Amino acid sequence: MRIRTVFFLSLLYAALIVLPHFLKYHQQDFLIFLTINILVVVSYRLVTLTGEWSLIHAVMMGVGAYTSALISKNFDISFWITLPLAGVMAGLVALLLSYPLFRMTQFYFLIGSFAAGEAIRLTWIQFIKPFGGTGGTSAIPSPELMNIDFLEPIPYFYLVLIVVSICVYLLYRIENSRIGLTLHAVHWKGVLAESVGVNTWNYRTLAFVIGSLFVGIAGALKVHYIGTVAPKQFDIGFMVFILIWVIVGGYRTFYGAIIGAVVLSILDEILRGVEQLRPAIYGATLIFFILYLPGGLESLPQKIRQKFRANRESAT
Amino acid sequence: MTPILEVKNLTMRFGGLLAVDNVSFSVNEGEIRGLIGPNGAGKSTTFKMIAGFLSPTSGEVLFRNNNITNQRSSRIASAGVVRTFQETTLFQELTVFENVLIGTHKQAHTNIIAAVLGLDRQKQNEAIEATTEVLEFMGLAERKNQLAAELPLGLQRALAVAISLAAKPNLLLMDEPFAGMNPEETRHMMELTERVRESGVSIVLVEHNMKAVMGLCDRLVVLNFGTVLDDGTPDQVRNNPNVIQAYLGGG
Ligand SMILES: Nc1ncnc2c1ncn2[C@@H]1O[C@H](COP(=O)(O)OP(=O)(O)OP(=O)(O)O)[C@@H](O)[C@H]1O
Ligand SMILES: [Mg+2]
Repeated sequence: MRIRTVFFLSLLYAALIVLPHFLKYHQQDFLIFLTINILVVVSYRLVTLTGEWSLIHAVMMGVGAYTSALISKNFDISFWITLPLAGVMAGLVALLLSYPLFRMTQFYFLIGSFAAGEAIRLTWIQFIKPFGGTGGTSAIPSPELMNIDFLEPIPYFYLVLIVVSICVYLLYRIENSRIGLTLHAVHWKGVLAESVGVNTWNYRTLAFVIGSLFVGIAGALKVHYIGTVAPKQFDIGFMVFILIWVIVGGYRTFYGAIIGAVVLSILDEILRGVEQLRPAIYGATLIFFILYLPGGLESLPQKIRQKFRANRESAT
Repeated sequence: MTPILEVKNLTMRFGGLLAVDNVSFSVNEGEIRGLIGPNGAGKSTTFKMIAGFLSPTSGEVLFRNNNITNQRSSRIASAGVVRTFQETTLFQELTVFENVLIGTHKQAHTNIIAAVLGLDRQKQNEAIEATTEVLEFMGLAERKNQLAAELPLGLQRALAVAISLAAKPNLLLMDEPFAGMNPEETRHMMELTERVRESGVSIVLVEHNMKAVMGLCDRLVVLNFGTVLDDGTPDQVRNNPNVIQAYLGGG
């Protein structure tokens, strides 16, 4: 790592460690969900690297959430074991779904992934045992470690920060490895990739499974804090938020989606007072970005620089 | 010696159109084999079937005596049969270096654990070395940091060949590598093709540029309307009245 990166990251983490102490209770909640949502968008990014925009990511988060919640509650198994299990289960479900889903591409994949996701969500609603139906399941145990009270937001925030940081780092490593290069190849010229021996099917599956695995972990983190897991938390509405975060942030670089999630979530928090206006403002933001800044927020600095240069040139 | 490639009774039917009709030929180790014929004769379709990008209606393809018919294209490529594309096909948005690096997939592919932990570093370094070698071989070394999209056409064609060479093929299927090249570029590409063969790669060349075909190929297969019209040395083929007729008649 370069010195500048180390310096920047140390500052960032120092800020994140002190930040919750200056926040009100509901703001601390907000910080926890925002941190979890960063893992949601970054894992979604891995899936989109192959060029497939799935609509099942939110449901995969739910698969992890239900897995961890139900196992820890019904079998009295520690959170520290059910957390990785959440990821494994989401990954396995993704692997099973990849067989039918990857027979489709583009638009059909989008619709197919939505249908598969709804099928899973309806299962949670229909099978009251064990899932709990529309109301879901409550009284999910919170993590136990020494004498730390994880019902309090600050300790839970630190836990989330550590888990999310590790996961995001792993996803970063994957994207910047040979595998990331190959995923890029699969996306942009699948036939050329095949012609040098890349099995494009396997790589699409890999991205889908690993992306689902990490979002499953995010799901578990979320419901062990709230204490309740319900189908509504992972519906298409939440999926649309994920899409908006990624599109508004930009999907060309690793950081784009993170910027999108952070900026829009803060905007959303500010708009808390004007509840009725929130969907309209979100919609308008999305349309604005698609029309005027298709590269997303990440491309903003470059855009501004270009503008300045153009102005200077026309001035001289 | 057994041929490196045997094509037996290969047939491809697109609805009512017999694009390739009962075509058989073979390629010897170390040979440059030409596959020629007028537009629409079925040359590219034959390539696609050999390389697994199309499933033949019937017939089979043997590579070193192994039946590779209907295998997945990536698997055929890994076995050593690599095709290039008639239309320039590159990763336009990547650099020349990255393009060729992707070509080293066979030697550099890795699993997710090794990738995350960096256990594959040795392997990746070897792939980078191999990439550098191929770039030098193809005369693209000075251009390695340029975007593929920015190259002049002749060099884009060379880059396409470089990507396929990085895959370390035993048999290279080149689909019109000389298309759109000026005489200078053509001469350069002919030299390169000859050097590829000398490095131990057998080649099947689909090409309309007769100078290149006659200069490079040991033996030719002539296709016309999906069927084999002639099979022999360039001199034999050149003097076959049917071939002359097909070219004059078909344009
Ligand atoms: N996917 C397809 N579906 C239907 N017809 C096809 C398809 N691909 C090729 N054809 C037809 O099959 C015939 C052979 O095409 P092919 O591309 O193999 O010709 P070719 O010999 O490579 O010609 P050229 O020299 O112009 O590249 C043509 O008539 C073409 O229109
Ligand atoms: Mg052709």
